[in-house]
Amino acid sequence: MTSLPRKPSRVKLGLVIDLDICVGCQACAVNCKEWNTSGHSAPLTDINPYGAGQKGVWYNRIHSFEAVDQETGDSQTINFPKSCLHCEDAPCVTVCPTGASYKRSEDGIVLVNGDICIGCKLCSWACPYGAREYDEIEGVMKKCTLCVDKIYNETLSPSSRVPACVATCPVGARHFGDLGDPHSEISNLVKARGGFALMPEQGTEPVNRYLPPRPKQHQKSTDQSPRSLEHKDTSTDGAGLLARWVDKVLSA
Amino acid sequence: MHPAKSVIFFTTGSGAGYGMLIWLAVLSLLGLQPADSIYGLVAFGIAFALVVGGLISSTFHLGHPERALRALSQWRSSWLSREGIAAIVTFAPTGLFALAWVFLNENQSYAVGLGIIGAAMSLITVYCTSMIYGSLKTIPAWFTKWTSIAYITFALMTGAVLLWFVAVIFGLPQANIIGLIALVFVGLGFIIKLKYWHTVDHAPATSTAESATGLGKLGKIALVEAPHSEDNYLLQEMGFRIARKHATKLRKIALVLGFIIPFVLIALAIYGFPQFQLLIAGVAVFSGIVGIVTERWLFFAEAKHVVTLYYGESAI
Ligand code: SF4
Ligand code: SF4
Repeated sequence: MTSLPRKPSRVKLGLVIDLDICVGCQACAVNCKEWNTSGHSAPLTDINPYGAGQKGVWYNRIHSFEAVDQETGDSQTINFPKSCLHCEDAPCVTVCPTGASYKRSEDGIVLVNGDICIGCKLCSWACPYGAREYDEIEGVMKKCTLCVDKIYNETLSPSSRVPACVATCPVGARHFGDLGDPHSEISNLVKARGGFALMPEQGTEPVNRYLPPRPKQHQKSTDQSPRSLEHKDTSTDGAGLLARWVDKVLSA
Repeated sequence: MHPAKSVIFFTTGSGAGYGMLIWLAVLSLLGLQPADSIYGLVAFGIAFALVVGGLISSTFHLGHPERALRALSQWRSSWLSREGIAAIVTFAPTGLFALAWVFLNENQSYAVGLGIIGAAMSLITVYCTSMIYGSLKTIPAWFTKWTSIAYITFALMTGAVLLWFVAVIFGLPQANIIGLIALVFVGLGFIIKLKYWHTVDHAPATSTAESATGLGKLGKIALVEAPHSEDNYLLQEMGFRIARKHATKLRKIALVLGFIIPFVLIALAIYGFPQFQLLIAGVAVFSGIVGIVTERWLFFAEAKHVVTLYYGESAI
């Protein structure tokens, strides 16, 4: 059924990604691929996996952005993992003509039923975030399942029942939980750190949240570093006697 | 957006076919069509060939064409589903209208009633087609009412030009009136295409790299490293880029071949050289086809998707 659940689910499972500590190591993307290539929407096929022009299905991709302060010229690099945000008002679900795309009423997870998907790709056009990748070999759409086959898996130890990306992140930049419960640990984290949604103007009401990088502790420390390699330091302030003498000789 | 051939043919072909079906009914109602079997066979034959060909071609880009019927199930929310249902339902009245015309030489009374119902449903179908694109907020160049207005106008325009061509071939006495209608709609199409381009070229950005990352507070956001060194599905499907100078040239080609030349030629055929009408009409149709295909190619190729904000675009 591609209409969204009539009553929004109370449980809203999702991820919170801490952009302050993500180091962009790609471990989450790799472990995602590893788990999911034999998971709910398996396999995550690749074309030319070992040759030039390789291409394949990934649920999670890590971008790197640079933020440049327009006043000071200070810049900062932010590693930016991105996967399905399991939107509340998911346009990928409502455009689907077959009912293959659906949002679960019990926990809000957005899934694709690969047995009835016709591979029209319209859902990938409707998603603002690039969270859906078409499997050219199987001819169906694939996307992050929030490891639905792992988080409820009773054969795993309770601590392992989290999405593969969360389990593997070596710096603890990824958190999983119920964002529908305002008092859950993860909701408190979002509140404390000022977590935000991506492209709210698209009206998709994403469940996942991102935590902003913390402000730099030593703003001033960048003042002495050159802005660019062409930077020439002509002042001799603070230089020792010998250095000043050498400077004088050389500048003569 | 990647301009897939199958979708270009689907939208232009089925649009023209529905346009012809609409005019066949409306002109019959006005008593401007002969209830002639052979003429009916050719006119309906072309119209249905375009509609059916377009629909079949639209299944070519599916990963599982054999499951295509499943696409009819989600009409409550999906414009693609609605389009499929509308297209199939439209075959009933238009098909009966065609049968009455061709086999019973009847295009008045009950037949024209069926024709008008079919015409209304053809309009609805074209509207549904346009809304597959017009409902996508992620592609601001499509998310405007001008998308639907343009699709409907171009269906009526191409349908009128083709029906005029058939009328000229058959030497119908009403050919000039149909030509005049075609002339009006080519002029209208020209204005609407310009209006569409003006609207999308001047629309303020809906999303930016800052809103896509939520990091605008830190400053101006730029991509430093893409997540993958090779191409992926997203970039091939949504990241299609067309060089600006080519876009400008192609827009001119679309305007000249799709509108200006057909306009001038139709006017010449009616008022200037009635003795060469058939030849002129043939050239007008050929030019119009190349022009409208170019127009549709641009409709896809020039449209930018907000996902490209994660791949280096700064505002869409
Ligand atoms: S992120 Fe994209 S694929 Fe995931 S629910 Fe939202 S719109 Fe759908
Ligand atoms: S590609 Fe599959 S899941 Fe996506 S809209 Fe089409 S049928 Fe639905």
